[in-house]
Amino acid sequence: MLTLLCASVIIFLALEVVPGDPASVMLGVNAQPETVAALKQELGLNVSKPKRYFNWVSGMLAGDFGVSYTYRTPVRDMIADRMVISFPLALYALLLSTLIAFPAGIIAATRRGAVADVSVMGTTQLGIAIPNFWFAMILVSIFAIKLRWFSAGGFPGWEAGFLAGLKALTLPAIALALPQASILARVMRSSLLDTLGEDFIRTARAKGLTAGQALWHHALRNALIPVLTIIGLQFSFLLAGAIIVENVFFLPGLGRLIFQGITQRDLIVVESVVMLLVFAVVMVTFLVDIAYAAVDPRLRRRM
Amino acid sequence: MRSQRNLFIGAFLCVLFLVAAVVSFVWTPYDVTQLNIANKFQPPGMPHVFGTDHFGRDIFSMLMVGARTSIAVALVAVSIGILFGVPLGLFAAANRNTLIDEIIMRGNDLVFAFPALLIAIMITAVFGPGALNAIIAIGIFNIPVFARLSRAAALSLWERDFILSARVSGKSSMRISVEHILPNLLNLLLVQGTIQFSLGVLAEAGLSFVGLGAQPPIPSWGRMLAESQTFISFASHVVIFPGLAIVLTVLGLNLLGDGLRDYFDPKLRQSIPELKKHGGTH
Repeated sequence: MLTLLCASVIIFLALEVVPGDPASVMLGVNAQPETVAALKQELGLNVSKPKRYFNWVSGMLAGDFGVSYTYRTPVRDMIADRMVISFPLALYALLLSTLIAFPAGIIAATRRGAVADVSVMGTTQLGIAIPNFWFAMILVSIFAIKLRWFSAGGFPGWEAGFLAGLKALTLPAIALALPQASILARVMRSSLLDTLGEDFIRTARAKGLTAGQALWHHALRNALIPVLTIIGLQFSFLLAGAIIVENVFFLPGLGRLIFQGITQRDLIVVESVVMLLVFAVVMVTFLVDIAYAAVDPRLRRRM
Repeated sequence: MRSQRNLFIGAFLCVLFLVAAVVSFVWTPYDVTQLNIANKFQPPGMPHVFGTDHFGRDIFSMLMVGARTSIAVALVAVSIGILFGVPLGLFAAANRNTLIDEIIMRGNDLVFAFPALLIAIMITAVFGPGALNAIIAIGIFNIPVFARLSRAAALSLWERDFILSARVSGKSSMRISVEHILPNLLNLLLVQGTIQFSLGVLAEAGLSFVGLGAQPPIPSWGRMLAESQTFISFASHVVIFPGLAIVLTVLGLNLLGDGLRDYFDPKLRQSIPELKKHGGTH
């Protein structure tokens, strides 16, 4: 909560220093001073800075993000339009990354030092080094241009059908998921290796469980805590990281909205989107804390 | 054995790019400021090893000059992180469990709540795009990484006997931090610095890709990729080589970091688990 409050002050202060008064930018250099003043009045820019900050924050709390300086449409609607792309994209990528990373990490940990382990570790080392936007371009050139399985960019809208929308998000999601999956697989492996070395696993084996049973019933659950932390961190990185990948695929998501806002001096849009992303990060961190308790009953008492 | 190999391959790749960057100051196969449209989109081969781009510029030469940008931005950004982060971490550890410690650590959390890219975007919105602002953005993000690392490592050192004897001999906590704690952190910082360096190279590439990093005419790998996006359907070499340069540099730095970690102390493997190492990617 405190984090959010501080963050809102920082965002507001940072962006208020931006040179260029939005009203003057919108009307051009030849505008009459009276017109500029009238527009300022309309946009709520004529009041003092603390008051504007207060209006902005109290508006957001009530679900009202203000009105875009450039488009004169409520920022809330603009963000909502973009969210239906960015949010599913991040979720899709997270799902892919988890689906790849879990088996890869488990295989590498249980066959430590074997060919499977070495190849998983090698692949993930490479996966971490590949920038997602470059990977995205390679995917486009192979699957969209050469094979023509997917379109190279754009988004048909969810009205075109769930599957059509999902198809348009598939390449971006893969591009986003690869580096995250590599990191997650390595975390999964090292966390599982640590757990497998613990006494309670030896006890489980001693009481007659097979290696597989000990893994599924005892080790996996205990190894999940660091993995959850990373998954939580990744979701916010995926939301923000999507900014770049959205550019490669010309997806009209939050990232494109931010860039638009910057070039058009549409401060309120930039402020609101940044605040929203920070809010998402803080929320996810909170949810991860709750998930800890679900995975590890010992942590419940402490909360 | 394995770690020795990592160290060797990593060091080799890093030296390769460092040499390319340094040599580019005095010599490149072709002049990168010379436009020659008639010569555009030459495929890789002779006389242009990696081919030419849409302005007929030699891609190999551009990659050499681009290495300068990547290395400079990442190096300064990591230095900012160390210069501000380590003192903060040491100070917090010396005043552990006090209000000041709490404030520093909450401040770190606050910065962490802003993904690096968002910091960069905000800075760009305020000051306009450019290499300097990219450095500041990546640097700010590095501060909490180093602050947390040095605080955590310093906390465990404060429990040790040799620190106790330093305290008994009457040294102030400031002096102990500088004279006894800091030297014991150097290996850790070197390893983390290498990792953050690789993240810095990636971040710089990403920022210049979306036009927030180094501005023309300064060549940069990220912007080369952004420019090549239009030609992806018929000139794949303009896409492949800048990307490979980024991948190999980052790979080299990561291998070097892993190798150094194992070289200094195999036990360090436990104190920098993967989650700390990759807590702040992209």
